[in-house]
Amino acid sequence: MFYREAGDFKTSYSEDSQTFPIRFDRYRYYAVLVVAFAVIPFVVDDYWANAILVPFLIYSIAAIGLNILTGYCGQVSLGTGGFMAVGAYACYKLMTAFPDVSIVLHVIAAGFITAGVGVLFGLPSLRIKGFYLAVATLAAQFFLVWLFNKVPWFYNYSASGQISAPERTVLGIAVTGPETTAWAKYLICLLFVVVLAWAARNLTRGTIGRSWMAIRDMDIAAEIIGVNPLKAKLTAFAVSSFYIGIAGALFFAVYLGAVEVGEAFGIQKSFLILFMVIIGGLGSIFGSFAGAAFLVLLPVLLKNVLVGGMGWPTDLAAHIELMIVGALIIVFLIAEPHGLAQLWRIGKEKLRLWPFPH
Amino acid sequence: MPDQLLYAAEVMINGLMAGVLYALVALGFVLIFKASGIFNYAQGVLALFAALTLVGLQEGQVPFAHLINAAFGTEVHHFGWQLPSIVAILLTVGVMILLAVAIERFILKHLVNQEPIILFMATIGLAYFLEGFGDVMWGADVKTLDVGLPQGGSFWIEEKTAVLGGDGFYGFFIDKLDIVATVVAAILVISLTLFSQYSKQGRALRAVADDHQAALSVGISLRFIWVLVWSIAGFVALVAGIMWGAKSGVQFSLSLIALKALPVLMLGGFTSIPGAIVGGLIIGVGEKLFEFTIGPMIGGATENWFAYVLALLFLVFRPQGLFGEKIIERV
Repeated sequence: MFYREAGDFKTSYSEDSQTFPIRFDRYRYYAVLVVAFAVIPFVVDDYWANAILVPFLIYSIAAIGLNILTGYCGQVSLGTGGFMAVGAYACYKLMTAFPDVSIVLHVIAAGFITAGVGVLFGLPSLRIKGFYLAVATLAAQFFLVWLFNKVPWFYNYSASGQISAPERTVLGIAVTGPETTAWAKYLICLLFVVVLAWAARNLTRGTIGRSWMAIRDMDIAAEIIGVNPLKAKLTAFAVSSFYIGIAGALFFAVYLGAVEVGEAFGIQKSFLILFMVIIGGLGSIFGSFAGAAFLVLLPVLLKNVLVGGMGWPTDLAAHIELMIVGALIIVFLIAEPHGLAQLWRIGKEKLRLWPFPH
Repeated sequence: MPDQLLYAAEVMINGLMAGVLYALVALGFVLIFKASGIFNYAQGVLALFAALTLVGLQEGQVPFAHLINAAFGTEVHHFGWQLPSIVAILLTVGVMILLAVAIERFILKHLVNQEPIILFMATIGLAYFLEGFGDVMWGADVKTLDVGLPQGGSFWIEEKTAVLGGDGFYGFFIDKLDIVATVVAAILVISLTLFSQYSKQGRALRAVADDHQAALSVGISLRFIWVLVWSIAGFVALVAGIMWGAKSGVQFSLSLIALKALPVLMLGGFTSIPGAIVGGLIIGVGEKLFEFTIGPMIGGATENWFAYVLALLFLVFRPQGLFGEKIIERV
């Protein structure tokens, strides 16, 4: 009834190729932005910000990053946790070395540093493919975590080996450190998410995105029709690591505040983000959001039901959560290998025809 | 011989033993990869699950005790019997076969003809599920596994080798368990090779590995072969689980050895059984020697990443591994 194309006339090419070609979709998108920017900051409390919204936003950035590499360029990476650690430690070193520079610049610079490291570890992708590459990225994961654990320079020789974010402000409002209010945390993450998601969406439908997808679909064929695999693969690694680095920097500075590298950026984190991308949908920006939301909400929900509702011990709930996540992944792969994004697409198709499907 | 050299030799021998254990896990990977093209990430968790089940059966634990207690407010934990090791092992083999059937029935059957990466993801999902399932079924506490394998250093070897060095040298310290593991691994590899070369099922297995469709068309049941392969992989996992479990207790970290087996595979090549063994030995010796010589200079604990970096560097020069089949790509 309401999801209509009728009367939605396109009169120029740019209108025809816009991200949301259907008017209703466009308005829905604006409405989401308005709610996110103008409503949620006023109503959000500490629990919602820390348990759901901020992790959701940060994981979304990381998932978009991994989706660019795995979903769009077809290079499976299990080193996400390690790259997030690079972002976090780069941000920490910059924050402590240049206290007068804005934290926003630090986070972006951390992204660029991570991009450099990502390209370095992406170099083997020119020679090795598929599973071999996936395992090779594990080298990045374990080596980087070890490096940040063992070299005291990275954590400024602190006694605990942890890094903790000093207080920094944006426009006079604290966004890191213990004094940060819930809405400030939320807003700074939201800003990054919106800008980065917009950039990702436009990158992936432009020249560079198309060359990534050509490499993903068949790299030899792509090479023959003139896509430079060196350029495509390394840019994918760079852009992906840039996103993941920013996610890592925000994860450390804004969300956690203090970080121990093995715990926060271990191999489990790599898998978590990979699952987000798979469950959400490979090769879809919306899917990255959906997957992040799903895997952030699921544990909270299960915990509330099992521990809060039925009074089961927390360790049992944690194990059952593992089982459910594992089973869900399998069910998703069997029922819908393209993830939540595909369900959303199918739903939209149905809505366009509803209520007269014939 | 100078003592320093003897120490290095001791480190090397211990590295060889550790390598055998890596190879045991890698063997399970290779079997499944050869027969179905599936990269089975869950192999390590299979080993953990097998070891948990073995301990649980042996000590007569009530399965799902924690869950039952939480749901019904009861206080059950043990049946109160002790099974002999051999019975418990046989029962566990049975459980692993059941598991193989279930995996084929509920996962693989539905994923025929999917891309390898999808299957790989499915095994990651399976790994998560089994990890949670094992913990719910048998509890997550660290358990000691004792099936009567010899343990501790071998005094005989220590005494015999002590004469090699000077006064400060007390001979090689070699765990008896490692020797047992080596023997078992050798027997496993030989029997698996014989099985796949000479038995009817083994031939069918190799046929399926070569070409699914051609195998189907000459009347080989794909489903039976998959159950068979996963059962064998489950059995290899059980052996690995027993060895590792006896060495360091049955706990979650057992499933992480699967990650260690990956660089072993990359070195040896995904499709080669001898490759798994040689790769395991190279990694085992390499990481121990590296830790011994370079480790102290750069802060130690290099065992965490050395294997991966070695495999990574190696792959850049030989992408199919030492013994892997040459990768030929066509458009």
